Formats: sequence, C-alpha cells, structure tokens
Amino acid sequence: MSDTHAQSVPFVRESFIPEAPPPETDTGVVAWLRKNLFSTWAYALLTIAALYVIYVILAGVLPWLLNGVWNADSIQQCREILAGERGGCFAVLTERWNQLLFGFSYPTEAYWRPTLAFALLFVAAAPVLFTSVPRILLVATLLYPFAAYWLLWGGTILAPLVGLLGVIGGYLVYRRLIDRSFAYGLLGGIVAAAAIMWLGGFVVADQPRFLSLLPVQSRDMGGFMLNMLLGVICVSLSLPIGILLALGRQSSLPIIKWICVVFIEFVRGVPLITLLFVANVVLAYFLPPGTTFDLILRVIIMITMFASAYIAEVIRGGLAALPRGQYEAADSLGLDYAQAMRLVILPQALKISIPGIVNVAVGLFKDTTLVSIISMFDLVGMIRGPILASTDWGGVYWELFGFAALLFFVVCYGISQYSQWLERRLATDHR
Amino acid sequence: MTKTVVLGALAGVGLLAGAAGAATLDDVKQRGTLNCGVVTGLPGFGAPNANGEWEGFDVSMCRAVAAAVLGDPTAVQFVPTTGKTRFTALASGEIDMLARNTTWTFSRDTDLKFDFIGVNYYDGQGFLVPKALGVTSAKDLDGATVCIQTGTTTELNLADFFRKNNISYEPVPVETQAEGQQQYLAGACDTYTTDASGLAATRATFENPGDHVILPEIISKEPLAPLVRHGDNDWADIVRWTLNALIAAEEMGITSANVTELAASAGDNPEMNRLLGNEGNLGEMIGLSNDWAVKAIGAGGNYGEIFEKTIGENTPIGLARGLNAQWTDGGLLYSPPFR
Repeated sequence: MSDTHAQSVPFVRESFIPEAPPPETDTGVVAWLRKNLFSTWAYALLTIAALYVIYVILAGVLPWLLNGVWNADSIQQCREILAGERGGCFAVLTERWNQLLFGFSYPTEAYWRPTLAFALLFVAAAPVLFTSVPRILLVATLLYPFAAYWLLWGGTILAPLVGLLGVIGGYLVYRRLIDRSFAYGLLGGIVAAAAIMWLGGFVVADQPRFLSLLPVQSRDMGGFMLNMLLGVICVSLSLPIGILLALGRQSSLPIIKWICVVFIEFVRGVPLITLLFVANVVLAYFLPPGTTFDLILRVIIMITMFASAYIAEVIRGGLAALPRGQYEAADSLGLDYAQAMRLVILPQALKISIPGIVNVAVGLFKDTTLVSIISMFDLVGMIRGPILASTDWGGVYWELFGFAALLFFVVCYGISQYSQWLERRLATDHR
Repeated sequence: MTKTVVLGALAGVGLLAGAAGAATLDDVKQRGTLNCGVVTGLPGFGAPNANGEWEGFDVSMCRAVAAAVLGDPTAVQFVPTTGKTRFTALASGEIDMLARNTTWTFSRDTDLKFDFIGVNYYDGQGFLVPKALGVTSAKDLDGATVCIQTGTTTELNLADFFRKNNISYEPVPVETQAEGQQQYLAGACDTYTTDASGLAATRATFENPGDHVILPEIISKEPLAPLVRHGDNDWADIVRWTLNALIAAEEMGITSANVTELAASAGDNPEMNRLLGNEGNLGEMIGLSNDWAVKAIGAGGNYGEIFEKTIGENTPIGLARGLNAQWTDGGLLYSPPFR
C-alpha cells in the first residue's frame, strides 16, 4: 500500500527551507538607491547634479550659520571678530530681538504682557480648534479678547470688563427676544449691549486707575507682535463677516444681495496696498487735525474688509457645492432660515471650504507685512526702517530677513498642518 | 448699515476739520506734545536707537522746537513717514511739522502748499563708485549703469546731468537706501547716486569703505529743510526762528554746556542778551516764554553741536561741515539778526 502511494507522490519534502534574505541587490540601502535615485542613467545624472547643488548650498550656508557671531555691538565689530572669515552677524538678533518682536517703543518692563497674551492665545484657541478639549474652556475663548486687550493696551481693567458685560447683557436680551423673531432679538441685543457700554463708559472715566496696567498707545506696538495682532484679529473677524457676506450674496432680498455683491466685488477688485494707503493717508483728510482715530484700528478695518470679501467668496463656493437636496431637506424639516443655515447648510459648507479659508488666512497673515509701506513698524518695517538705518547694523540683510522668514514660516506651517489634520478628521471627500 | 454710519460720521468730522486746526501753537500746547514727522530710518538723520529713542540730525530739530514751545525736548510724538506719505501727513494735519531730509523745491513750496522754514542741511547729489572702476570724474561715467531711487529729485537730476554732458547711462531703479546699497555692493550697478550725505552714510557701513570713492562732482543743489503747512504763519515763525536760534547760538559761541550760565545774567553782547531773553521780549513776540531759545539750545546744543553729535566727522557717517559751516567759516549758514 505504502509503496503504491509512494510512487504516486514522487517527492514529499519533510522540512522547510530556512527563510533566506532577499538577494543583496533587492534589499537595503543599495536597492533603495537603485530604485529611487539611479534607476536609469538619466535619473542617475540628475541625482548627481542635485547632490552637487545641495553640496554647494550647504557649503555656503553651514559655515555662515555655524561660524556666526552672536556677541557684538555693531556690524563693524562682527567683521573684526570674523577677520575675513565667512560667518553671519547674528549679533543683530541678540541685540535687537526685543525690537524685532515687540517694536521699538513698547515699554521694556511690559514685555511679559504680550508674551502672556500670546501664550493665552493657545488656551483660548484650543477649544475652538480641537473638539477633544473640554467644552468648559470655551469660556476662556470668550474671555480671551478682553483679557488680551487689557494685557496689550493696558489701562484699567474696567474698560474690557464693561465691554464683556455689554456683550453678555446683549446676549441675554437676545435670548429673551429670539422667540419672537431673529431680527427682533438681534436689534434688542445690540441696543442692550450699546446701552451697557455707554453707561459703563462713565464708570471707566471715573475710575481710570482701578487695577490699571501701564497704558500703551497703539502706535507703540510693533515688530512681530503687530503682525500677530493684525493677523489674529483680522482672521477671526473676517470669518463671521465673510459668512454673513456669503449668505447675503445668496439672499433673495435684492437690497441685501446687491450690497453684498457690490462690497465683495469692489473690495476684491482693489489691491490691499491701496486700501492701506486709504486708511493711512486719505482718511486723515476727512478727520479733524489731531483726531486720534487709531491707525491700527483703521488698518484692522481695512484688512478685515479685504479678507472677509475673499472668505465670502470661498464660502460661497462651499455653499454652491452643497447638493440642492440639502436645502430642500432642511426646509422640509420645517426649519426656518436661521436654523436651516446653522444646523444643516453651514456645517457642511464650511467643511468643504476649509482649505480655501486656510489659504486666505495664511495669505492674510503674510500680507500684514504690507503695513510697513505705510510706515508702521511691523517685523519687516522694523528691519527696513530703524535697524538697517542704524549705523551699527546697516548692511546686515540675510540674518534679519532670514529671521523674519523663519518666524513667518513657523506660524504659516503650523496653520497648514492644523488644517490638514482637520481635513483628515472631517473626511470631506465623502468616502 | 454700519458702513453708512461710519461714512456719515466721517462726513461730519470732515466738516469740523475745516473749523479746527487754525492755530497750531495752541493745538500743540493743549496736546502737550509736538507731532513731528520724521524719516522711517536714515543713518545719522533719524532712526530709533537700541533703546527705542529717536535720534539723529533731523530728530534734533523736532526736539529743539518741542523744547522751545513746551519746555521739554522729550515732549515729541515722532510720526514716521515714508517718501510717499510725508506730504499728505503734513497736509492733513496729522503732524505739526516735517523734519525729514526733504529738498526745498519751487513746486513743493508753492503747488503743494507748504512753507519751508529755512535750510538745515545743504546737500547735493553725488556719485559713489568702486575704486577698482578707475573713474575719477562723473563725466567719465558714459554708458554706466546707475542705481537710483525712484520718485525722488535725484532721479530727475541724474537725467539732467547726463543729458547736459551728452553721455548715456542705464538706470537701475531701487526703492530705498538699503536696497540701493545692496544692489551696488552686489555689482548690479557701476555707481550709486543719491545725496552726498546719504552716500557717506552708506559708505560708512561697508566692509571696506576704502575701496569706494565719492566722485568730486556734486550735480545738484539739495537744500534740505524742515517744513510746515501753509496758512499758519505764526507757527512757521516759531519753527523758523528756532532753527535760526540754533545757528545763531553757534555763531555766538553759546553751547548746551554754557547756555544756562550765559542766560543767568545779561552779558556784554546785546544780541546774545536778546536771544537768551535777558533783554527785550523776543519770546513774547512769537507767543512763547522769553527763555524759549535757552530751552531750544539746551535740548541738544547749538547747530554745530548737533551736527557733530549726529553726522559729524567723529561719527560713523563722517560728514565734513563743508557748505554747512557758518558764513564766517566760509559756509552758507547765516542767521538773520535777532532784533
């Protein structure tokens, strides 16, 4: 029996061959190199050329970076220390870092205030940006604008407190009246807030020293702080305004629709720098001499207008991308306009618009450097104006502009990474 | 809706604007600070230092006026202006005076409706070339590439000069002094032209200043002068005579060190007595206290002291007095008498 069987199966292997590593040429560094860098002779040539370029760049940059001088009083001293060798003069950063970050006239003893405001920004932004953060922290988000105002501008704490009370009072009145109609509630809320702020104004005027920080004028703000300030305020203001404009543009009420269309098209048709010149130069003609209609406020208004027009168009794209059925579904549920928008349409439309909104935000943040043209000393303005014009540091270009580029890169890259994470989380591609 | 409110408010205040702003002196006194327009940054002439305090030749002029009017040289709100925003800032009343290396020209004085109150620096346009180029005169620059700041009087002067001498050039437009310096050092142009003071300041920051020369030709007159708006002659007088007081003080030997001592009692020199308020009532005539000049000189010294401190030969800028010496030393500074 067994013989027969044995003949029908000529060979039965009784042990496994030990696992062997793949051939040398198909594994490890060599294979990776061959596959990715030297797969054909043309690629090989390109690889070698690219390596050479990288070498040339590093050979130039590394000695400059590593051999840099960090302690000197002027560029002349830097040159003496370097004695003809190659090296950056980073001493300008160690000597003028405070001017680059805070501007030249922010009081030195108050530097902790913008720093604290910057740190708190993360606390305040966290519950908005990450859903895993406890919801109770939203209170911090609500309080943040007032706290930041107090920290940055100083003065009595009563001023931001009155502002906060006004907002809370307005909101309570709005909640009371919203049952009758949305417009009624909105109007009542605004009136209540204005009344509280007006009355509070007397208290503030009466007690200017109550829990007071050293007041700082707007014109004393500068450096990267000014860029951050303009960027954060304008982005956070332009988002709600942009949503309203986008909705207004789709409205069936002709007057609202046309106001929104004209505003958006006009603002988008004008370069930002023109708007800034208007803010700086032309508005001054309309104001009585010596009026202190704050330049920063004027610039914030202009940049916000500009950004909200762009965001409105981005969101309009999101609204248009929603299937018609979503609108009809919301209607058939018996939701009114505000509810339909808030609960059904906008959450989906905004989700679609995230990449576009982030794009505008990043662009806007970088555009804040344009204020250096209207002689405000933001980061770039500080470099182009006072620092390069001083006899100590005239001629230090790469170090200063490299530093500016680094700061902007960190912030913009952070925003971009966050938005990619958010997109993955919300999975906007309807898989 | 908010927009209309804002526009309405703007129109309203616009009407008020005409009524206010007649007497600058009263505004300044009431405000307690002088709003002085300065450059955003020009070596030696005006820039904030490492401590954030403005200093420089033009800045000292602001401080002297503030001292004369308010008695405090630090009571100045410096408003930085660019070449593009300087005139609107002054015309709109945002600043009370402009001390920003501005050339006094016919059209700026008349058409733009400003009053230049007197020259505080006599400048002229020159050329900076590398020594290696082997050029000794601006007339040898036929066919050269020239770095030139756009929108300035120097641009027009350059065209005039080359046309007059029947030679050609190729302009390389730059926006700021710093950019011009960079382009020139990078070899983008054979020569860099701007006011001679600016060239000296630029050269001072070079790694090897000795490798570059400023050609002897000065191809234009650039009288740099502080200016005020048309229409308030009292205010113009105050600024004008503050400058004259600084110039006269140098001529009479009054310095920041001895001004208090000299002003303490009347001396032998009647004009010095009048200037320092020990005789007559010159201060009253311009609506100031009688020791206005004492304060102005005490702020930063007389004209010569300011010059030496900010742009003179012992500073990195290293400018010689040249045309800006007193008339008694062969220069052009000549203050009308204080009488």
